Amino acid sequence: MTDISFKIADAPQKPPKAKRKPLLKLLFGDLLSAFLTVLAVLIIVGLIPAFNWAVLDAHWVGGPAACQGGGACWTFIGAKARLILFGLYPPSEQWRATIVIVLIVAMVLVSLSPRLWNARLLLVWAVAIAAMLVLMGGGVLGLDYVPTSKWGGLPVTLLLATLSLGLAFPLAVLLALGRRGKLPVARAISIFVIELVRGLPLVGLLFVAAILLPLLLPPEWTVDKLGRTLAALTIFAAAYLAEVIRGGLQGLDDGQIEAAEALGIPYWKMIWHIVLPQAIQNVIPPLTNTAIVMIKNTSLVLIVGVFDMLSAARSASTDPAWPAPSTEAYLFVAAIYFIICFSISIYSRHLEWGVAARTHG
Amino acid sequence: MQIALLGGLVLFVWWLAGNTHENLTERGIRTGFDYLWRPARFPISESILRYDASDSFFWAYVVGLANTLWLSFLSILFATLLGLVVGLSRRSAHPLLSRFAGTYVTVLRNVPLIVQLLFWYAIATSLFPVPREALNPLPGVFLSIRGVYAPALTLGPGASMLLIVAAILLVIAIVAGFKLSAGKRLSVKAASVGLSVCLWVAVVVGLSGMLGHPVGLEAPALKGLNFRGGMVLSPEFASIITGLTIYTSAFIGEIIRGGIDAVEKGQWEGGRALGLSERHIMFRIILPQALRIIVPPMTSQYLSTVKNTTLAVAVGYPELGLVVNTVINQTGQAIESILIMLAVFLSISLSVSAFMNWYNARVALVVR
Repeated sequence: MTDISFKIADAPQKPPKAKRKPLLKLLFGDLLSAFLTVLAVLIIVGLIPAFNWAVLDAHWVGGPAACQGGGACWTFIGAKARLILFGLYPPSEQWRATIVIVLIVAMVLVSLSPRLWNARLLLVWAVAIAAMLVLMGGGVLGLDYVPTSKWGGLPVTLLLATLSLGLAFPLAVLLALGRRGKLPVARAISIFVIELVRGLPLVGLLFVAAILLPLLLPPEWTVDKLGRTLAALTIFAAAYLAEVIRGGLQGLDDGQIEAAEALGIPYWKMIWHIVLPQAIQNVIPPLTNTAIVMIKNTSLVLIVGVFDMLSAARSASTDPAWPAPSTEAYLFVAAIYFIICFSISIYSRHLEWGVAARTHG
Repeated sequence: MQIALLGGLVLFVWWLAGNTHENLTERGIRTGFDYLWRPARFPISESILRYDASDSFFWAYVVGLANTLWLSFLSILFATLLGLVVGLSRRSAHPLLSRFAGTYVTVLRNVPLIVQLLFWYAIATSLFPVPREALNPLPGVFLSIRGVYAPALTLGPGASMLLIVAAILLVIAIVAGFKLSAGKRLSVKAASVGLSVCLWVAVVVGLSGMLGHPVGLEAPALKGLNFRGGMVLSPEFASIITGLTIYTSAFIGEIIRGGIDAVEKGQWEGGRALGLSERHIMFRIILPQALRIIVPPMTSQYLSTVKNTTLAVAVGYPELGLVVNTVINQTGQAIESILIMLAVFLSISLSVSAFMNWYNARVALVVR
């Protein structure tokens, strides 16, 4: 019974490595190789001015006055790091935003090990997220109230990413089950929602949420800007996650469900204990891909005017005291996104090895 | 169960519709599509179709859509070419090249597209020099803070005739090149097609000279504070096309590499056993088979590129999303505008997937 189809275990076959050749022959063995070598060297030479700009000619110390001349102005990042990382959050309350960042990072680090994945971890996450929202918003426990319009920077980016993924996941499971299920009405609704959302660009969906939500809801309900963007990100993530999970459900052997039905296990118990664990295990790589995409997508909220890290960087670089350092600001933001997304992809590779080792070991 | 679900859905939609109606009457917004024919009275900064502010809202949408399609077409085209280079470089045995391509892919895939777009836009609008000191990387091409200037075709009297003749001659030249080298090796084929195209260029230039140069190249020239003549790409267009192409090429490179890796290794071994060179195996045996694996993910990549063009709003290039947003701000006709945008993107999605499915069926492996 061990031959349940674990699709990801069959890693794509790599073509065999060509016989090792000496480096010189590899670089200049024939006409094309020599041409490619020259081309690569030319590209590297072409990058020298960029390197000069970023390192050799760059200004590392001093104020705005020091940043005259050609190089990059890294002192700007030092001076504006607070604004980029925390946005308009009141400086006296900044420790709260810092704790939120630390809390999210700690929770993610704790959740890294597959051994800890159980219902209790979910509960801890729920508590942690509630704590973060209380910390950011305040208004209780003697904390000053900070309206969401003052939230900004990295905590907003991280909160949007975790909350949208967290809220989207159960929704995605329902949509995927609905699409694979036997009830025609549920199937029709799921297909309609998934295809509609996937057919729209996220920018369009953000506009829809920003403009249509206030129209669709009763006048006395007010959803602030952050809530509206969160709604858009959640439904977007749910549609894409649903397709990934559907792939996992399709990869599941029918015999598993038939056996569960034969044993008389109730539907939701079967889903929770038999179907989902196997289905999700099968789709870890695309799940992490979707997570990376969603983290990158949080940057789009800039378009509807939410003050995330990218918008904070953009407004920081409009300070007239500094000589137009927007390139440096964007590079800084890009570096933060890169660190987050690249770590996730490394982690996903690590998880894949784990699954492969357990199923083939 | 079914009935409860359906009933709940109907109630929910009815509730939403009721709220919307109440909100709309409260704000005094009219609904309906008749606003489409009123003059739009807002400018669109650049477009490939002719537009001015007295045109109707409908035409404004069409202009935005044309910009979206133009942008998508160009970035898909460039990204596919660049992506092929990136994908092959990652698979190549050349150490410098494969490392370089690997870094390129890793960095570009892990940074949000909008950050990259704003980065290119910042470079185009703040690091580029003023027109007087414009960079001149290729003859006739100038990079300056006002945009990218390149030589443009100028059409004089009789140009259309010459262009038609030139097009016919080009087809003849290429077909003749293939016919002459039929059954020969690939390199001979390429060389003979290249030769006939060279011949074509000579003939066309000669014809043009005989007719008194109806078709010419006009290079941009510095006059006063800015360049005159030639073709200009605005900083907005230049940065969005650069950003989209480079970002998408990293993904396409990975798709192509994945396709190559997924071809069974026996195919390589078979090729080696026959004594073919690595390069020959790649282009004659592996790539054609990889194409079957590549097509489906490529379709979704193309579709998401089309959707990604809406990010151009961040730098202010007037594609459909920006036009829709402007219209909503001007008229308050949010529901209609969003319905139009939805319809447009859904039909683009559906037609691209229909085309790619057809192509997929054509290249698919026929079993039995």
